Amino acid sequence: MSAGRWQADAQGRFGRYGGRYVPETLVAALDELAEAYPRVSATPEFREELEGLLASYAGRPTPLYLARRMTEDLGGAKIYLKREDLVHTGAHKINNVLGQALLARSMGKPRVIAETGAGQHGVATATACALLGLECEVYMGEEDVARQALNVFKMELHGAKVTPVTCGARTLKDAINEAMRDWVTNVRTTYYCIGSVMGPHPYPTLVRDLQRVIGVETRAQILELEGRLPDVLVACVGGGSNAIGMFHPFLEDEGVRLVGVEPGGEGVRTRRHGAVLSAGEEGIFHGQRTLVLSDEDGQILPAHSVSAGLDYPGVGPEHAHLRDVGRAEYLPVTDAECLDAFQYLSRIEGIIPALETAHAVAQVRKLAPTLGKDAIVVINLSGRGDKDAPQVREILAGERDAAH
Amino acid sequence: MNRIDERFAELRGRGERALMPFLTAGDPDLAVSEVLVLAMAEAGADVIEIGVPFSDPIADGPTIQGSSERALAAGASLRRVLELVKRLRDQTPVPLLLMGYANPFYAMGVDGFLDTAAEAGVDGFIVPDLPPEEGADLYEAAARRGIDGVLMAAPTTTPARLARLVKQSRGFLYYVSLTGVTAARETVAAGLEEGVRAAQKLGDVPVCVGFGVSTPEQAAEIGRYADGVVVGSAVVDRIQRAESAAAAADSVARFVAELKAGLR
Repeated sequence: MSAGRWQADAQGRFGRYGGRYVPETLVAALDELAEAYPRVSATPEFREELEGLLASYAGRPTPLYLARRMTEDLGGAKIYLKREDLVHTGAHKINNVLGQALLARSMGKPRVIAETGAGQHGVATATACALLGLECEVYMGEEDVARQALNVFKMELHGAKVTPVTCGARTLKDAINEAMRDWVTNVRTTYYCIGSVMGPHPYPTLVRDLQRVIGVETRAQILELEGRLPDVLVACVGGGSNAIGMFHPFLEDEGVRLVGVEPGGEGVRTRRHGAVLSAGEEGIFHGQRTLVLSDEDGQILPAHSVSAGLDYPGVGPEHAHLRDVGRAEYLPVTDAECLDAFQYLSRIEGIIPALETAHAVAQVRKLAPTLGKDAIVVINLSGRGDKDAPQVREILAGERDAAH
Repeated sequence: MNRIDERFAELRGRGERALMPFLTAGDPDLAVSEVLVLAMAEAGADVIEIGVPFSDPIADGPTIQGSSERALAAGASLRRVLELVKRLRDQTPVPLLLMGYANPFYAMGVDGFLDTAAEAGVDGFIVPDLPPEEGADLYEAAARRGIDGVLMAAPTTTPARLARLVKQSRGFLYYVSLTGVTAARETVAAGLEEGVRAAQKLGDVPVCVGFGVSTPEQAAEIGRYADGVVVGSAVVDRIQRAESAAAAADSVARFVAELKAGLR
């Protein structure tokens, strides 16, 4: 485990953020989880089973790949890609859900619920539930159900029930609201498998610990390949789980610059973005004190991003803290830059990144040329873009039509 | 002693239980809400809960979710709800309680909210997503101003925690009747009476039941042991179904009178 200064306190606070802002009905369930998680996860049986599944089922460790053509093309820093896109189900989300599903089983909860935006966390949860024989229901905003029809079908193939959410903006935040309402109702039998480093304590810590495997592997791999630590780590941030999983094992290494990339949408000066760390306010949302997009009356504003997985008006509390103390920096990338990067990586490396991940790629296209050839940058390639190909095809066809 | 404490003292003297109807302020608009609150007070409501709409009401079922969306679309906000309370306070002595989620209160700031609330004549508030551990600043500052921070207890609350909630809650303890969100329901949850009686034994604060209470029969049944009942979704539903503001006021007043009759 990592150094104490980067852990939440007993109330689940990272600096001024975090905590547990939930209806009374859930307090006992969160206490139960906060007690069970450290106890269960420390047992040799749990560790062996999780490590075994991560290796033989999910396909870990994932490679750290030197992107030679991208490096050459950008003409600056040496660029490595941490290939989370190669794990089972195609994104880092599986690291978290295998751990949480094992936890649900050992806590005696026969039913698992989850929210999903792009569908990656939903698919991962449905997969883990199929693997362990748990009942699974996934809440997904109606708009995302339409945007990500293939992932809906995959979840159903795994035996999960997908419930479209028709309230509010009908995207990720509303799916979380509905999952929380289900949990309040069925709390005695149901485990809520949150998909990111957000929500009430202990989720931000629990999910981070399960995603730390990304950074732990990267650290060992880069030391073996280069004999030293990287200069910059870059990862996209919606809720922030792939980024914190990559960053956390490097927090004590002051020389390693940490860059989180946010969905800038149509630009942070418009209201059409999800760049919470660049342009958000402190608020209380989804069980946590964190940074949010809100109006002057404290109403939460819908986020916007071309990528459904980053379309969230809040962010994990630990990222808000890392921003405040200056340990990590967060920069927005627009929808247009993201779409360019999606095509760029597909052409130059033969890897189609998820639209979420393409934000990190876009940032490195700007960053790498400003660094010397001896610098090392690692991108957390958090997911693959197969799920996004139909949407991008449609957008590009629309642009071609508009040009004619 | 504020207006809520006085009201419970009077009710105890008369051997009655409190009826606390809820409506969402600003649904369909704030002017109608003003008329409806006055009609409910006139019809026998003991304390009125005024819902402050929020964009993401995680503890509410479809009825109050819909009502919050309509109120926000019609321009309601915490500041405007406080102005509504100020107008109401000139017209009725009925205790008024705000019910809403944490973010709008904190967006206004603890002192900003409480100063305005005290001046408007707010008697208390309930924030479902603000347990006492997280809201100590707001609850303590409210107590200093004589405004009641009402806490909630639930069927899942452990005995040790229930004792703390009873001790810390001001005005009354809001006992959530079931594990679930707000909504009208057919039956009263099993085990409710034991839960309420356990809370009553732990202190002097009145224990009132809400979530799922929707008929005069249910209210009367719960009124056998609880110190009061909260009726929300069933009121909101009547407001929504009414064809005019006058019809809504009539319908709600009749309903409040029926509910109150079972609690006398």
